[in-house]
Amino acid sequence: MAEKRTNSEWLSDLRTEGFEKDDALQDLRAVIVRGLPYALTKWLSSSDPQFYDLVEEVAQETLLRVLSHLDTFKGRSQFTTWVQKIAVRLAITELRRKRWQDTSLDELVDTEGSFFGSRLMVDPAVGPEIATEQSEILAQMRRLITEELTEKQQKAMIAVRIHGMPIEEAARKMDMTRNALYKLLHDARLRLKKRMEEEGITADDVLAVFE
Amino acid sequence: MQPTDEILKQLLHHLGKTKADELGCDELFELLDEYTEAAARGQITEQLMPLVQQHLDQCHDCCEEFEALLSILKSEAA
Repeated sequence: MAEKRTNSEWLSDLRTEGFEKDDALQDLRAVIVRGLPYALTKWLSSSDPQFYDLVEEVAQETLLRVLSHLDTFKGRSQFTTWVQKIAVRLAITELRRKRWQDTSLDELVDTEGSFFGSRLMVDPAVGPEIATEQSEILAQMRRLITEELTEKQQKAMIAVRIHGMPIEEAARKMDMTRNALYKLLHDARLRLKKRMEEEGITADDVLAVFE
Repeated sequence: MQPTDEILKQLLHHLGKTKADELGCDELFELLDEYTEAAARGQITEQLMPLVQQHLDQCHDCCEEFEALLSILKSEAA
């Protein structure tokens, strides 16, 4: 089968000009198109009318990216896995963008008021004693978050942790890279964890009240 | 959106697993192909790339991409 090249054969064919390169690109395209339906089962059915266009677009973009980044392939995996990794990232990024394009980060945050504001409520069905305990714990958590985290960190946490917005999408809406937003959220987690330790609040304490 | 107790549980779970040194999404992406191949072969252990596992536990985006790539590799092995 034409696609059964070694890593060095893929690289060599893609670096030449002429029919070897054309064949390799055609085979690589087939690898991408064959794999994407398995990757996207949770996102989009292969019978969906949008599926064909997405796969075509992603395959084209992946090949361009592969050609311009050949020197960054370190050979630690099969070349085709490396290519599929790029295709998966491009496809899911596009699907996330479409899914969240009409959601405004500012509206989410405004609706929320403050972090852990209107969304984190005590369930009155638990009874007055437990409701009081829960209210106290929630008030403590709100205070720590407000005191420890920057406005930007709180905004990101509302979007990602409460509304389930992908980090990629929250980052896009905040004009940041995904990597930078992950680091911002990592710093937020570290600050909160440290502050909880300083105040002697353990995760078990908090969860016990909500069991 | 999820109920209050679920949000809290997830937040506390993530706080509990937070480490001072974590990989970022870019570093994770660099390792994702190698890691996913190992996972497809059933060779992932706690000792192998613990920082990758730790990031996947914290980052839903990267975890989704790992699962998607794994689905492709499993389909090829079938």
